[in-house]
Amino acid sequence: MEFLSYIVSGISLGSIYALIALGYTMVYGIAKMLNFAHGDIIMVGAFTVFTISTTFGLPPIVGIIGSVIICTVLGVTIEKVAYKPLRQASSLAVLITAIGISYFLQNAALLIFGSGTKSFTSVVNIPMIKLFDGQLTISGETIATIVVSVIIMIALTLFINHTKPGKAMLAVSEDRDAAQLMGINVNTTISVTFAIGSALAAVAGTLLCSAYPALSPTTGAMPGIKAFTAAVFGGIGSVPGAMIGGILLGIIENLSKGYISTQFSDAIVFAVLIIVLLVKPTGLMGKKINEKV
Amino acid sequence: MKNLKKVLAVVMAVALIATCFAACGEKDDNANTGNSGEAVIKIGGSGPLTGDYAQYGNGVKNGAQLAVDEINAAGGINGIKLELDIQDDEADAEKAVNAYNNLIDWGMKISLGSVTSGSCIAFQGKALADNMFVLTPSATAVEAIDGDNAFRVCFSDPNQGVASADYIADNNVAQKVAVIYDSSNAYSQGIYEKFAAEAKVKGLEIVTAQAFTNDTKTDFSAQLQAVKSSGAELLFLPIYYSEASLIFAQAKSAGVDVKYFGCDGLDGILTIPNFDISLAEGVMLLTPFSATATDEYTVNFVKKYSEKYGTDTMNQFAADAYDAIYIIKAAMEKANITADMSSSDICDALKTAMTQITVNGVTGTDIKWGADGEPTKAPKAVVIKDGAYQAL
Amino acid sequence: MAKKSIKLSSTSKNNIVTYAILAAIFIFVEVWTATGNISSLFKGLLVPLCTYAILAVSLNLVVGILGDLSLGHAGFMCVGAYTGAFFSVLFKNSEGPEWLRFVIALLLGGIVAGIFGLLIAIPVLRLKGDYLAIVTLAFGEIIKNIVNLLYVGVDSKGLHISLTNSANLNLEPDGRMIIKGALGITGTPNDSNFVVGFILLVITVIVSLNLINSRTGRAVMSIRDNRIAAQSIGINIAKYKLIIFTISAFFAGIAGVLYAHNINSLTATTKNFGYNMSIMILVFVVLGGIGSTRGSFIAAMILTALPEMLRSVGDYRMLIYALLLIIMMIANNNEKIRSFEKRISLKKLIKTKKENRGGNV
Repeated sequence: MEFLSYIVSGISLGSIYALIALGYTMVYGIAKMLNFAHGDIIMVGAFTVFTISTTFGLPPIVGIIGSVIICTVLGVTIEKVAYKPLRQASSLAVLITAIGISYFLQNAALLIFGSGTKSFTSVVNIPMIKLFDGQLTISGETIATIVVSVIIMIALTLFINHTKPGKAMLAVSEDRDAAQLMGINVNTTISVTFAIGSALAAVAGTLLCSAYPALSPTTGAMPGIKAFTAAVFGGIGSVPGAMIGGILLGIIENLSKGYISTQFSDAIVFAVLIIVLLVKPTGLMGKKINEKV
Repeated sequence: MKNLKKVLAVVMAVALIATCFAACGEKDDNANTGNSGEAVIKIGGSGPLTGDYAQYGNGVKNGAQLAVDEINAAGGINGIKLELDIQDDEADAEKAVNAYNNLIDWGMKISLGSVTSGSCIAFQGKALADNMFVLTPSATAVEAIDGDNAFRVCFSDPNQGVASADYIADNNVAQKVAVIYDSSNAYSQGIYEKFAAEAKVKGLEIVTAQAFTNDTKTDFSAQLQAVKSSGAELLFLPIYYSEASLIFAQAKSAGVDVKYFGCDGLDGILTIPNFDISLAEGVMLLTPFSATATDEYTVNFVKKYSEKYGTDTMNQFAADAYDAIYIIKAAMEKANITADMSSSDICDALKTAMTQITVNGVTGTDIKWGADGEPTKAPKAVVIKDGAYQAL
Repeated sequence: MAKKSIKLSSTSKNNIVTYAILAAIFIFVEVWTATGNISSLFKGLLVPLCTYAILAVSLNLVVGILGDLSLGHAGFMCVGAYTGAFFSVLFKNSEGPEWLRFVIALLLGGIVAGIFGLLIAIPVLRLKGDYLAIVTLAFGEIIKNIVNLLYVGVDSKGLHISLTNSANLNLEPDGRMIIKGALGITGTPNDSNFVVGFILLVITVIVSLNLINSRTGRAVMSIRDNRIAAQSIGINIAKYKLIIFTISAFFAGIAGVLYAHNINSLTATTKNFGYNMSIMILVFVVLGGIGSTRGSFIAAMILTALPEMLRSVGDYRMLIYALLLIIMMIANNNEKIRSFEKRISLKKLIKTKKENRGGNV
């Protein structure tokens, strides 16, 4: 029973990593950049929901919609202002700018919302499920997160493979210059990618803080890094990879806490990650890169 | 290299502007007088105003500022006005040293040390070499006040760990105890260590000790599962309140049914905006400060603090810092400090005065100090009942 | 490579400029200090400036010359810092000159960090790009996690080590704790000063520049520029990767020792030895121009001093710092594009191309 409960809580945490990792991996796949500010957009999303729903007392759904809109606008703006001028620069230059954006968002939130921890009211209204005479409980947030993650994953896959903008994304991710030659507007495509990635961040932020209701300006930083790890673990650039990487990371984290040591759980998780990458150097679902001679 | 030159130019321009600002601030460096020609003593300190621990540093900043404003409004100390500057150290020891040096440039005469233990040890290292007086509101590590120039307002780690174990054993609160602590935090680890040692002496059984780190402070289900299956009657939480709020929520949904016991780090949990305080019902803690106490000091502090800063950071850190300023005031009055004294002379005078004064404040009554810098005050054991502290 | 003589003269000219800048910095600081105009803040910053400059120059070897993205540089710094501080605290009250103790601490910290670099480089030989980055990040986090749970004490019977808590050390009554878990090491002697830090920086720069301009350096850069071509002409990729990782970690370790002996409280937090710091060092290297030794240490010095100079703006300090970081990055690259067109001479064209390629790692 303990084992099952570790697995369940692992999936609960992992599905949130997965949701965040989806945003990471999408942006990486198309824009070829590590958007380190993604975690902080999640924080902005959560604060928006908190402000709309708790401070102004509007229904949670308004909060979520508002949050998606604000994050989408924010994501596209950041892309236009900070990343677009660096399109020709090295990917590392963009990475550093993303870190600058991350600091900026954190400190702006600190000035606007204050440093204290806020308690987030869950937007999920699903009762928890009790199995085996209450020995195993699955919270409503866990169910919601898993369902939402799966829906988003499927929708993303369908969108990428079956719609015109989606196919444009694929083309841009495959070869940016060739895509441009074929008449695809690369700038628009990248903007759409950021819009989707940021909208996903808003949803992820809402679910993250519903499951773990402490909200502060640094809330997004650690889940952001963990999700980045998950995305690489699953094979960065791969949508199902991000999903699997996130959930596996959550499970590994909880099993190592449960059966080995809570003191060393960080070390164990990262050690497992290293071992997996040594065996599969491009992650679980990553494409093998053929080197051109 | 060319592009670097451009960057250099931009940065240097900014730096120039910044130094101009700094220079403006430095003008009345050694003048010991304020704008209106009054005698002024500058009190400095450092704390995390940004980053992970920002709420504790800001609590100290606000609490101290509140006390300084009150004292100045009442005419100062023997006519001397106080000026306060709490610099950001991001809870990093190296930044705390930078903050210290910056405060020296500003003209600091008396210091509040640093908010967190690691930073305060580094801050105190510099202060000891300069013979600068230090009264830290909240650094709990024993080493944080190593040296005869340093004192503190809060209890030390060993003090809290031992007092908690003693209280639990002496009052038969529980026999089987579980612990969840933050192994990446010196405060939490320090209390846990001393608690474990004292629990052994007192015959308490620690059935499980679970840890988390600053990188894994969201999901506590594995730790709580271990607590649940260990058969513990009581869960000891030597941690800060933001993590504790998550533990209480997750314990409820995981069906963990134990008593909770915490230290002063838990204080502040009731003022988390939007927190469901029913989750903290029945939690016991040793704390010097209680926002719902009815003594005049606390009532006045809570009223003024919430008017000025809201309840966002109204925690034990703010209370400690508020008291720290009044303690400095009492010591300054005892030692007849004048504004023209050097920081070293002030330090010598204050460290004698500190062992002679008795202070009443928000965080305790009849507080006295030994030459080692540790305060003697009785920790109050409280229980959260109907969303408020009640004396146990 | 055909125009060997011309190339050499240009590199040595380039190196002379680098050393001249270093000398200018040194003289400037010495004069500034001697005239007594220096503020306490800057006086306190001198050692950190050297520390971060060394870190940036050493990371530049991996990122700029070898072309691998490493996000675990702070981990090596952590290893060096703990090793050096441990040694110094252990022998704090023993006889013998203080400078000798510090020299041994520096070497020891560097060597142990170098060994870690080697150990980490072996498994990551297979990995590239972001996968390599995440593995180095993981190593850094593992080191931080373990160090936070490390307890070491010493008594008449020798050293006691525990990875759980201090009670398990079973120290004799005469024993003392040296590494105290999350509280780390306290009371490290303040042996670091600007002159020592600066000498170490100069040594790092000399080693770095000589390495880059050596046969080894050219081999390493050929791996960066075209791995397969390098392999095909018989360059042993594994060997050169190990060399670079080890040397880079060695100097990061030395920087760590310098760091630890500048403040008397050594703890391992996300801020100082976590991925945050690794990323910060990477920022120095990228902003200084990937592959440029000179750029690395100049950018490190500017970016270390900048947030301190911004202290006067109070609450907005970190916000402005973040903005400046973004603006500098964008300005830097705009200039690059523009000057790219301006650069007509072949020599500069080759150099720019190389820089650009160095970025695409």
